[in-house]
Amino acid sequence: MPAKGYIIVNELYCKACELCVTDCPHEVLALDMERLTSRGYHPAHMVKPEACTACSICAVVCPDAAITVHRYEKQKAEG
Amino acid sequence: MVVTDIPTKIVYERPEALDPRVTHYCPGCTHGVAHRLVAEALDEMGEVENTIGVASVGCSVFAYNYFNIDFVEAAHGRAPAMATGIKRVLPDRLVFTYQGDGDLASIGMGEIVGAASRGEQITVIFINNATYGMTGGQMAPTSLPGQVTSSSPTGRDVTRQGHPIQTAELLSTLTGSSYIVRRSLHNFRETRRAKKAIRTAFEVQKQGLGFSLVELLSNCPTNWGMSAVESRDWIEERMLAFYPLGDYKVSSAVADIKI
Amino acid sequence: MAKELIKGNTAVAEAALRAGLEAYFGYPITPQSELLEHLSGRMPELGRPFVQAESELGAINMVYGAACTGKRVMTSSSSPGVSLMMEGLSYIAGTEVPMVLVDVVRGGPGLGNIAPAQGDYNQIVHGGGHGDYRIIVLAPSSVQEAVDLTALAFDLADKYRAITCIMLDGSIGQMMEPAEIPPMQPLKTDIPDWAVRGARDGEKRLLTSINLDPPAQEAMNLRLMTRWQAIERNEVRYKGYYLDDADFVVVGFGTAGRISLSAVRAAREKGLKVGLLRPITVAPFPNTVLDELTEKVEGFLVVEMNAGQMLEDVRLMVRGRKPVEFFGRMGGVVPFPDEVLTEIERLVKGPRTTDGHPRDRWLARLAETIG
Repeated sequence: MPAKGYIIVNELYCKACELCVTDCPHEVLALDMERLTSRGYHPAHMVKPEACTACSICAVVCPDAAITVHRYEKQKAEG
Repeated sequence: MVVTDIPTKIVYERPEALDPRVTHYCPGCTHGVAHRLVAEALDEMGEVENTIGVASVGCSVFAYNYFNIDFVEAAHGRAPAMATGIKRVLPDRLVFTYQGDGDLASIGMGEIVGAASRGEQITVIFINNATYGMTGGQMAPTSLPGQVTSSSPTGRDVTRQGHPIQTAELLSTLTGSSYIVRRSLHNFRETRRAKKAIRTAFEVQKQGLGFSLVELLSNCPTNWGMSAVESRDWIEERMLAFYPLGDYKVSSAVADIKI
Repeated sequence: MAKELIKGNTAVAEAALRAGLEAYFGYPITPQSELLEHLSGRMPELGRPFVQAESELGAINMVYGAACTGKRVMTSSSSPGVSLMMEGLSYIAGTEVPMVLVDVVRGGPGLGNIAPAQGDYNQIVHGGGHGDYRIIVLAPSSVQEAVDLTALAFDLADKYRAITCIMLDGSIGQMMEPAEIPPMQPLKTDIPDWAVRGARDGEKRLLTSINLDPPAQEAMNLRLMTRWQAIERNEVRYKGYYLDDADFVVVGFGTAGRISLSAVRAAREKGLKVGLLRPITVAPFPNTVLDELTEKVEGFLVVEMNAGQMLEDVRLMVRGRKPVEFFGRMGGVVPFPDEVLTEIERLVKGPRTTDGHPRDRWLARLAETIG
């Protein structure tokens, strides 16, 4: 199924708590173990963007309001 | 890869009522969620420039730094009294307190019962995480029977240390209270319900329908000694049984509110 | 406006209301309750908030909240209740918001009794709450003076963003005297820039007493103390009686000052050149006049309804240059003018000394009298 949108993680806020990673129903997210934020956290990022449904679950459970959810206006996009 | 050159609609973003600064809360702490839900409700209601918050003492002592609204900082437990003073002289503003369980249900029990019984037109956001977070995880009035804390090292023994206080149930017995509910922040579904309750509570105040309080079951990964994910499971597995979610008091006028 | 016979507590309540009191929060306690009772009727009549709080803790923190909006607010209590308010008073001082407190002092310590006393001088004048702060303390000696000082109390609180306490000993609160209460003043319309209002001009305001950074806290302490120095320079008030040719001076405030005046008059009739210094502001203390008097006179008698609390402030200014004696009654016992006159005569007759502590000499005499 093609992606219905994507998320942007604001790395200023992300504290790598993994709640979004755990709660994403499609396993879209993981912590990026290759990178550190300016505050020393491995930020959440999309590892399976094609599965993103823009459902906003990740953003709703994020304790740091770090996630912006974009939904494609038309359903033609491919991940 | 993420395609970003297709037109999108933003369906979720950081609310404007939140200050841009990074909070001091530990990773995974649901204080941040509660803050965001309050900010979202104020944004949606267009009340950002009509609201005065009252911060309390505890981990949320700096809550005033995280909202783009006027704030005052209360002494430990006294936020409902301070909010009463503000609301009585500025009755057309939204006034809310943001209090933890040590603040509200221990040292501040007199003030919260007084405010609720008077039917003060204020909203209380009550964070119940079963511990004293800021001072290092001591036993709170809400700590569960058997719960190990830094001041109940062998677990809370109810024969010596008493029983936890069920705040929503207690306050719902007061005639003066209008909207008393308990929600939880341990998963997406309950967080959405919590948001709706917070919005309703502010509507109760805006419409002058009386005292409103939303108790939010919350976590404290650091002082509970577990990961953020485990801490949410602990809410579900341990706290929900003792603190059932639900609407404990919804006055008839409040029941008509549609959001 | 004609004078009317009115009880001190009621008179202060009405005077506060007419001085533009916009919200009152209080809790019943004897001998203060008439003040709360009067406002419980009058405030709602005028559409102004009145709340009987769940406790003095509640009352002072309601005042704290309302004071953060820049309105004229007040609470009133009596000694044990004011003890409970000390936390809030410290926060209010630390947040630099104005308020008026009326303390109708009764006998203590502990539950004590409900008779008039001055045992809370140290608590009110020298702190009580935690941290470095001072409050302005006005000590009337009649119902009319209490009325007159009420409007001043609000003006001073607003001017210095400070707490002003009207310290009535229980007798001033309870006695009925003829007094003229000034006409109703309009409510204050200007909102101070610092007051919270709901970010209506797009500017967020925060009022707090937290300063986690010690240098920032110290800067705040400095601001408070510099402001207090200005209060000391500008706001000292006292009344002198027969001071011009006095060889001896009695010092007393409130009811003790009033009783002392009767004694001083009786002494004058006996040809003794005695005067009275009655501080109206016990904080700031009238140090300058006391200093000047010390150069002129031969000795002082401090009279209080406590065990010698203001006495220490007097001694600090006299600094052993002249003899200071003390006479007090405690626990709600009100001294008679004759007792004070006897003390005046003892001082005049001598022998006088600057050695030892006047409290020790007084306690020895008191033990003989009441022991």
